Amino acid sequence: MKILKIVFLLALLAAVIIFPQVYTDETATTIAVFTLLFAAAVTGWNIFSGYTGYIALGHAVYYGVGAYAMALMAQDWHVPGGYVTFLLVPLAGLVAAIFAVPFGWIALRTRRHTFIVITIATFFIMQLMAYNLRNITNGSAGLSLPLTPPDWSGAFFNLPFYYVALAVLLLALATSWWIRNSKFGLGLLAIRDDEDRALGLGVKTGPFKLIAFVISAFFVGMVGGLHAYFNGSIYPPFAFDAFFDVSIALMGFLGGMGTLAGPIIGASLLEPTQQYFTLYLSDGGLYLIAYGVLFLAVILLLPQGIVPTVRQLWLKWRASRKQDEAEPALVAVGVGSGESRSLPENQERKEGVNS
Amino acid sequence: MVQLIFEAVITGILTGGVYALMASGLTLIFGVMEIINIGHGALVILGAYLSFILQEKFHIDLFLGLLITMPLMFLLGLFIEWAFIRPLKRDRTMLSILVTFAIALIIEGTLGLQNTFGTDYVKLHAWYVDSSNASFQIGGFYLAYIYVFAFLLSAVLLAGLYFLLYRTEFGYSLRASMQNRTAAQLIGIDVERISALTFAIGVALAAAGGMAFGATTSFNPDSHYDLISRLLVIIILGGMGSLRGALIASVVMLVIEDVTAVVWSPVWATTVFFFLLIVILLVRPQGLFGQLEGRKQ
Repeated sequence: MKILKIVFLLALLAAVIIFPQVYTDETATTIAVFTLLFAAAVTGWNIFSGYTGYIALGHAVYYGVGAYAMALMAQDWHVPGGYVTFLLVPLAGLVAAIFAVPFGWIALRTRRHTFIVITIATFFIMQLMAYNLRNITNGSAGLSLPLTPPDWSGAFFNLPFYYVALAVLLLALATSWWIRNSKFGLGLLAIRDDEDRALGLGVKTGPFKLIAFVISAFFVGMVGGLHAYFNGSIYPPFAFDAFFDVSIALMGFLGGMGTLAGPIIGASLLEPTQQYFTLYLSDGGLYLIAYGVLFLAVILLLPQGIVPTVRQLWLKWRASRKQDEAEPALVAVGVGSGESRSLPENQERKEGVNS
Repeated sequence: MVQLIFEAVITGILTGGVYALMASGLTLIFGVMEIINIGHGALVILGAYLSFILQEKFHIDLFLGLLITMPLMFLLGLFIEWAFIRPLKRDRTMLSILVTFAIALIIEGTLGLQNTFGTDYVKLHAWYVDSSNASFQIGGFYLAYIYVFAFLLSAVLLAGLYFLLYRTEFGYSLRASMQNRTAAQLIGIDVERISALTFAIGVALAAAGGMAFGATTSFNPDSHYDLISRLLVIIILGGMGSLRGALIASVVMLVIEDVTAVVWSPVWATTVFFFLLIVILLVRPQGLFGQLEGRKQ
């Protein structure tokens, strides 16, 4: 079972690596780049919000800080366009992470509901700053990033971005997996289930939450920097976009909060849909309506997210199949322990517990 | 300078009253239902556009038009609560944010379609808003009647709300549901019905706030982001779920914003608004009149 899973994951990775070589169509690869970027951002966001249960709706702040950091570093250090520029991406993430320390510290002084609203407020603060600090951000005119070399033309243009985005995603995923299986991750999950009890049992809830927050900001910042370079120029409403805030939350939610595969599934379903709407709905109003309806449909039809729902169905199916073969009394034990070993996500407690 | 500051304080207090009207709906909805209605700004803008339609197409006075728009928005509120909020059984707070954001998008999209209103800015008109005798002199500066009328409207509606909350059976049930949902259910209060009515009242108040907002500022379907950001700051500052906090925070924030615009620069006025939020949160994480969220039993 475990070998099968590893083989499947390797095959999936190979398919993702080969994809842009097979489908050279520019529209397809552009959508693929966006999907990878969002998958990485949602994975990063999930490290904090999915594991701790604190919903952050202001991660566009770190995305924007990453984007501006990228543009400013490239501008001040006269970085020429090309592969070298990609080296700035981790630095952009680092700058975003540094910004996350004070913001996270202030916001995390409050609990769930107030926390959400404060993260939204930090988003509006930073958007205003991007407009108003003209000598740094150049106001609403924005900044431009280094030009890519002329030989990155046509279908080739998307390729470097595709692979760097994939690398960021894999790094985020590895971090998420590692946290999930560490004592630190257990502490985060304990915070989600019952923060006061976790504190009582010796989990350092304050530092834990802040560290997870900063890690998630780091990945979102890297995505921001990379996206800025991909886009070629940035301006306040692009870098600090309310849509981004809510989109990553919706993607994380659609896939399944606190799971490893969830963010990727959510992003790969929603991001192409969103890009499709952008391409084919010329009336901006119509686009908003379509996106809003999609939102409502996702939330009202799949109130738990895809991964938890599928897992439940799978367990039910397994249980009913085993029931035919073995005695019913043995079934519950067999399903419970056998399953949770093979899938790391299964260590998660049942969603219903914390609601 | 003193003159300008005086003027800023007066307009700040008057517009603060209008914000109090919008924020009271938002904070009540949070208090009773534990949901954050991100669509509140969009509902305010929808209310403004409804008044706009009544005034442009049917030539109905803005204040008289409220007799039509407020009941309409009340029904809309009942519908939204029934169709989209009530089905959310778990993770209510987070899901309600996503759902109400989706509602905001749909409202913004519908208003911004090329053949409805588009994205051009509009403003409400009436004799007390922009005619030649729309303003009167007070303490050395001219003030449009609409500011005073809008403030009076807010005062009347908020007084009505206060009466409803503290002097009626419905109000007792509502406050009981706010304090402890489960216990309220146990003593026989129909919390679902109270929730639906609270949401609808909040939306109806948003309609009135929208008219007052639209008469004092020009707006387009996009304006709701700006509105909801201010309203959220106001309700955090006041303490989430505290009506009194929302009223005080509205007036304080708007006065500070207007004074900053005069003594420093209009560009930084809104930023000060947000910085004050951070400073106050450092000292009092629960807001001015809020209670610390402890453990849910």
